[in-house]
Amino acid sequence: MVSMAWNDKTIRWAIIGFALLAAAGWLLPTWILNNVMFGLARGLAVLGLLVLWRTGLVSFGHALYFGLGAYAVALLEKYGGVTDVFLKFGAAIIVAGVFGFLLGFVLRNYRAIFFAMLSLAFSMVLYGVLVKMEVLGSTDGFSVTQNTILGWKPDGKYPLFCFIVLTCVIALSAVQLYLKSALGHLTTAIRDNELRVEYLGYSVARAIHVKYLASACLAGAAGGAMAMALGQVDPDSMVNWTVSGELVFITIMSGAGSVVAPFIGAIVFEFIRTYAFELAPQAWQLIVGGTLLAIIFFLPGGIWSLLEKPWAKGEADNG
Amino acid sequence: MSSNLFKLVGRTVLAGGALAAMVATGPAIAKDTINVGIASFLTGPAAGPFGVPGRNGAELVIDAINAGTLPAPYAKAGFAGAKMNPIFVDESGGNAKQVGEYRNLVEKRGVDAVLGYISSGTCMAITPVAEELKKLTVLSVCGTPRVFEESNRTYVFRTQAHAVGDSIAAARYVLDKFKDQKGYTGINQNYAWGQDSYKFFDITMKKLAADTKASDNPQFPKIFAGQYGTEISTLSLDPAKLVHTSFWGGDIEAFVLQALVRGFFKDKQVISSVGGSAVDSLGKKFPDGVVMGTRGEYGLLVRNKDEPLNKWFVNEYKKRYNAYPLGPSYQYASSVLAYKIAMDAAAEKAGGFPTQDQTMAALKGLSWQSFGGKVSLSLADGHQAVHPVGYGITKWDKDKKEPSVSDVKFYAPGCIYAPAGQKSADWLAAGMPGAKC
Repeated sequence: MVSMAWNDKTIRWAIIGFALLAAAGWLLPTWILNNVMFGLARGLAVLGLLVLWRTGLVSFGHALYFGLGAYAVALLEKYGGVTDVFLKFGAAIIVAGVFGFLLGFVLRNYRAIFFAMLSLAFSMVLYGVLVKMEVLGSTDGFSVTQNTILGWKPDGKYPLFCFIVLTCVIALSAVQLYLKSALGHLTTAIRDNELRVEYLGYSVARAIHVKYLASACLAGAAGGAMAMALGQVDPDSMVNWTVSGELVFITIMSGAGSVVAPFIGAIVFEFIRTYAFELAPQAWQLIVGGTLLAIIFFLPGGIWSLLEKPWAKGEADNG
Repeated sequence: MSSNLFKLVGRTVLAGGALAAMVATGPAIAKDTINVGIASFLTGPAAGPFGVPGRNGAELVIDAINAGTLPAPYAKAGFAGAKMNPIFVDESGGNAKQVGEYRNLVEKRGVDAVLGYISSGTCMAITPVAEELKKLTVLSVCGTPRVFEESNRTYVFRTQAHAVGDSIAAARYVLDKFKDQKGYTGINQNYAWGQDSYKFFDITMKKLAADTKASDNPQFPKIFAGQYGTEISTLSLDPAKLVHTSFWGGDIEAFVLQALVRGFFKDKQVISSVGGSAVDSLGKKFPDGVVMGTRGEYGLLVRNKDEPLNKWFVNEYKKRYNAYPLGPSYQYASSVLAYKIAMDAAAEKAGGFPTQDQTMAALKGLSWQSFGGKVSLSLADGHQAVHPVGYGITKWDKDKKEPSVSDVKFYAPGCIYAPAGQKSADWLAAGMPGAKC
């Protein structure tokens, strides 16, 4: 398995790249470290959306899992007193996974706009519940302030940064191996012609269910990582439809060309937002939206298409 | 070659470290300008009624302090002699985004302090980060008592009293003015501010007038719903005559306009805790006889108060922005002023430009004459302000063609806030022991 992963060009380069990033993190000023960390966390969710997108599905409701992950972390700390990063992170993935598995039975039967809207509806149900319940923090949410790693309470954010980098490498490698497997190759096949896939003897519904579950787990992981990196959860920043929209935004901006693209796109997004906010406090949304328009018009393949071309020959086999 | 390079790098690092250590322990270096982040809603629904009036209030006072044109006793120019360069930032986009932006202000743009914040949610979210980053932060508007009651704070101050007093003062006011009412109900937005506002009003009413019946059907529509037909019908059918609302901005305007055409204000006595912006924006259309609060000695309630500082503020604000200053204008101006007073006092004491610790020591427990009235940082070990909170009854002034208020009554801090060291909810539940009214 490990050698299989190392033989994959994308994974090999990603591991090297992320290792360099982790090393660079030691020297980076805190604000850059924070923004990269937020970008990586969001990138995990975008990676899940990429899998769905390649299948031809766009979910406008992955904030549901992002929020479940984030709230799992926050509630576990607030009511359970759990501070361990591994436990909180595991809980985020499990909670999102359970919900993703159950809702998958419904959503796997829908395509296109129906899939998008139904997933949006489910996410807004969670939003409504959170806003109305004071025990769940209502609109104010909670702080997540304690992060320990196996009993050790680190000073500063760097250890958490390394943890998130490691998570991203593992997630990215797993998705890359999945996409190269037989089931993974069905991804684009389903988008192109569902009926043919069925005639080949595969269950489209089941294949979509697996992808949906994977994307839910990734979004849950992203929410959990975000909650720990940011130190705060609340419905508007974690569960609202705007969060789902942001994730779709980053997916389009990144491009579906590679499993590395979501992370690059998400980090770029964080910096665009930071600078837009700094330059135009009254019109920063305009700059962020304008960027997306520009990318759709001039770079239909997303940011990845800029990086892809020089490497196109070597990477062709990875699709 | 490479070993020489290593030595050079090593020496530079050592020298730099020594220099940094010297700077950290020595006296602060005098500055010509200080950079201060000022956060308020510049976009979204809260920008019109809160964010922009707040920003303007801060801007007006900062410019006056930089130029030394504030009336006595604050005529000395600058903040400990330094000019303030305000960095206005947008508070919208959710708590998580604000935490990120707060970090950017402190870690990337290196501000000397952060002032502002309107939403309770934002204040709760950035407070732990302010403590973590050890940056002096003065909250201006937000109301939740949780900021200081859940934990002791070192670097965070709030120049606005917390929201429990607004609800207690509202209950006391209606009991003073409208004694024999057949009960009360409410319409509040279904989020933390609305839920808390009605909860504290409800408990106070139960404690002070146990025979006044609480409605079993208070309304909690979604925030920014905009359409309140159903809620207005339900409230109209309710026998309760008093209707408490903490609506603000577009919601209070929509509610008032929709209630007006249904003759709601003829049958009901509405008590609005923060609807002040609608009184000005609706003008003649705003009904007479509504009990209106401004969360302190601010805005509509002190518009004609004859004190030099207040007159200066109202006149200058009107001249520059062509509108009357609203509650948030006063609240932001008050934070800026408190920061200046603390900086000046600390500079005098230290005999030079003050460090952050010296400024914080001067700010702790500060009592000052602000634009609307006196404010004292007397709760939470000198970090949380108290000041009187009042209500008045709206009336359109036909001669001046502008809104006015009558029957203004302010309640002293001792009457509406839990004494230092007690949690507001516990104090209320115990029946407000020791309240001096």
